[in-house]
Amino acid sequence: MQRNKTYNRKKILIVFLGVFLVLISLTARLTYLMIFRSEYYGQKAEDLHERERDIKAARGEIIDATGTVLATNRTVCTISVIHSQLQDKERVIRVLCEELGLSEETVRKRVEKNSSIERVKSNVDKETGDKIRAYGLSGVKVDEDYKRYYPYDSLASKVLGFTGGDNQGIIGLEVKYEEYLKGTNGKILTLTDARGVEIENAGERRAEPVDGYNLHVSLDYNIQMYAQQAAARVLESKEADSVSVILMNPQNGEIMGMVNLPEFNLNDPFTLNLQQPEAADSSETAEPGAEASDTTGTETAAELTPEEKQDLLNQMWRNQCINDTYEPGSTFKIITASAALEEQVVALDDSFFCPGFKMVEDRKIRCHKVGGHGSEDFIHGIMNSCNPVFIELGLRLGIDNMYDYFRQFGLLSKTNIDLPGEAATIMHKKENMGQVELATVAFGQSFQITPMQLATTVSSLINGGNRVTPHFGVSIQDSEGNLIEELAYETQEGIVSEETSETMRMLLEKVVSEGSGKRAYIEGYTIGGKTATSQTLPRSANRYISSFIGFAPAEDPQVLALVIINNPKGIYYGGTIAAPVVQEIFSNILPYLGIEPGETAEPGNSGEAVGEAGME
Amino acid sequence: MKQKRVRYFDYSLLFIVIFLICFGLVMLYSTSSYNGELKFGDAAFYVKRQIRATLLGFVCMFIIARIDYHFWKHFWLLAYIVAMGLCILVMFVGEETNGSRRWLDLKVISFQPSELAKLAMIVFLAVIISNAPKAMRNFRSLVKVIVLALPMVGVVAMENLSTAIIILGIAVALVFVSSPKYLQFILVALGIVAAGGAFLLVSLLDENLAYRMERIFIWLEPEKYEKGFQTLQGLYAIGSGGLFGKGLGASMQKLGFVPEAQNDMIFSIICEELGLFGAICVILLFLLLIWRFMVIANNAADLYGALLVTGIMAHVAIQVILNIAVVTNTIPNTGISLPFISYGGTSVLFLMAEMGLALSVSRGIQFEEEPEPMAIRRTL
Repeated sequence: MQRNKTYNRKKILIVFLGVFLVLISLTARLTYLMIFRSEYYGQKAEDLHERERDIKAARGEIIDATGTVLATNRTVCTISVIHSQLQDKERVIRVLCEELGLSEETVRKRVEKNSSIERVKSNVDKETGDKIRAYGLSGVKVDEDYKRYYPYDSLASKVLGFTGGDNQGIIGLEVKYEEYLKGTNGKILTLTDARGVEIENAGERRAEPVDGYNLHVSLDYNIQMYAQQAAARVLESKEADSVSVILMNPQNGEIMGMVNLPEFNLNDPFTLNLQQPEAADSSETAEPGAEASDTTGTETAAELTPEEKQDLLNQMWRNQCINDTYEPGSTFKIITASAALEEQVVALDDSFFCPGFKMVEDRKIRCHKVGGHGSEDFIHGIMNSCNPVFIELGLRLGIDNMYDYFRQFGLLSKTNIDLPGEAATIMHKKENMGQVELATVAFGQSFQITPMQLATTVSSLINGGNRVTPHFGVSIQDSEGNLIEELAYETQEGIVSEETSETMRMLLEKVVSEGSGKRAYIEGYTIGGKTATSQTLPRSANRYISSFIGFAPAEDPQVLALVIINNPKGIYYGGTIAAPVVQEIFSNILPYLGIEPGETAEPGNSGEAVGEAGME
Repeated sequence: MKQKRVRYFDYSLLFIVIFLICFGLVMLYSTSSYNGELKFGDAAFYVKRQIRATLLGFVCMFIIARIDYHFWKHFWLLAYIVAMGLCILVMFVGEETNGSRRWLDLKVISFQPSELAKLAMIVFLAVIISNAPKAMRNFRSLVKVIVLALPMVGVVAMENLSTAIIILGIAVALVFVSSPKYLQFILVALGIVAAGGAFLLVSLLDENLAYRMERIFIWLEPEKYEKGFQTLQGLYAIGSGGLFGKGLGASMQKLGFVPEAQNDMIFSIICEELGLFGAICVILLFLLLIWRFMVIANNAADLYGALLVTGIMAHVAIQVILNIAVVTNTIPNTGISLPFISYGGTSVLFLMAEMGLALSVSRGIQFEEEPEPMAIRRTL
């Protein structure tokens, strides 16, 4: 038998020592990895395991002046099935079919699909969700979520705006006050295995959500409702393309109502309420509510390319009062008159003669009254809305003064209303302005402003000369009603003297009581106002915009209304069709606002005034 | 004075093995419960099978420990031929997993012939070398012995390169121990290093060989390659363990991130759950085990016994070193299991058989001088 020699032992020892050394160096390597690289690899591993799940913060409500909630949240549920936890599949299928009203085929497909988690239905009412949860079915998950909800569907749709899939504002106040409304989402950090399945009892980390603040607006649900109904009636009877109404407090710029018919359903903002593009020109767009057009909307949608549909949606969402400009026409004469009075180039008893036209350089600019108003003083000039009188005023002011007053009145800048997408004034450049341009601008033509700009400027001229910032937002409060922020707006004082302002109130009261705006007259109230009828471009299309701007009480205006009827059929004179809308609205809201009727003069019998004037 | 026949039994080895096995089962359960639940609906699926193999292994170990190890001398050639035959057979009728045929389905149990090949190689070489110890002084004989081992290495390498490397390593260790020379081994080692370097250089220049380099590139920058996923996940597990680990059962990486965590990558989960502290304890356990092999080999009654235990020592040491080196991305990835701990019935069965063999050798140790009382157990 061979002995184990010494050299064998020595070599075995060497092998052992070799192994020992290698293991020591591996231990060193391990120490490096587990101590010095621990943070790096540990973080990488954690990133891999952790899933972040948002807990949605409830978006703040939008609450009107009366405390009525105009935009709120509804809890909706998402029903999903977790395949690995399902026990009684047949019962689950039966219950889900019954409660969700889905076909058995659909539910079966979802339930039997071998995925970690399968969504069966989302946007399920909370009631239904609670009912399903009450069954206690294992493997069925009911997740709650918030969805923006507008209780009055289409009320002030273009003002309020709506939110998108991530609950972020898309248009309107929802965008403008996004920062206040949205709140801060909370987070749950959960650990998951490699398939993404959450590990139970893993001790999740939570960051609680902070709910959004409520926005309190000056919009008044009742006033908005009156205005919308009145506008809807005229839209229908005159088969107009659209009707806009602005109701604001001229003293501080708070907007009480803003109607833009046709409105759309805020709870279904991606369904078109418009007719097909070919039909848009026809007179069939008179459908007032969004809800009535649902069927045509879906039919249309099927034939449109996504780009076309998006264009139409954008069109539908436009707030005409703010996003669109128009030629104001005769209502603009308020501004010309204010400037002329302020500059003292005209006195109330100045006499004018209107032969039915006025020559400016080589142009013959006609008055709307073909035969002319004859001899008249300034008071009757404004009551008659006589174009030659205002052309004369414009020429007396001169380009420099006219421009300076425009700037002073705030017409050349935006109103800075708290809604997105405000359009700027489109005005001649001063250096391109000649006498003819000056003459047309003087009675409201050849330039464009937004309806909001007109309402704001007129408000400022009749309130004693304080340029107000029109706005909806009044205050920001938390859900308990604690004031977070009082919203403040700029006011520029003294854009006209108190004297001029008072004269304008008197003159405009006469327009309603004795002049072209008599259809806005309400027994017992003093109402100031001005009519306008402007022809849209191209002039050959014979399309008109009828408008009326009115305020009450005339001596101390508390509410100002601007009604704009776009492309009415039949009679299109502002004094005939727009003034009665203001009359209707005022007769409803003046008592509502606590403005008691007093003693006023009977309306006079002046002729209908139309601001239309062609340039030949 | 009548010399007492003092017989020895290495209980230290036995207890280390029992401890390792139990620790391994606990870690295996921790590591495999997620995969077991997921694939077989039974968290204890893997550990149950492993316990069955382990129990069978214990029976084998105790039987083999009782049998005089010289009994196996008769089977040296048979073992070699049978192992070789099975390895060839498996190439044709084996069950295919992950693109390799490594398993023989024996209806009752499935069986990995390459595990048998390791044991067969140990017995085969121990017998050959101990039969002609003088010849081992001659360098040419050393080469001849290696050449005898090569067919087995080649056959195994066809399906399982890692095992082939282990078998070759065992052969080299046995030849090294049996030869009194040093210089030749150093020269050969240098030669192999040089050849390897030259191969790498050629591979870099020749595009056709570039694909062989993939493993090297993955090894250098596992983050950049899709196939570096397993290595990277192992590193994440090790790194997130820190000093004391996340606690037993608290590994995150075993939840499907480290693929088949109960197999070759189990050491990374041990690191994650028990930390550097636990990992060093495991390494120390293996070092203790290897130290016991050395003691038994050095004190073996004859060269044959010494070589048997040396082979076993080489086998366990190589696997532990390569496994930990792979898991820590110290060397390029290759599939080698961690002895006694990784999941694998055949592996644990043959390891236990080898332990039995080592214990049997330890029983043959005879102390002629006054023995140390602590290390001695008396038997009739």
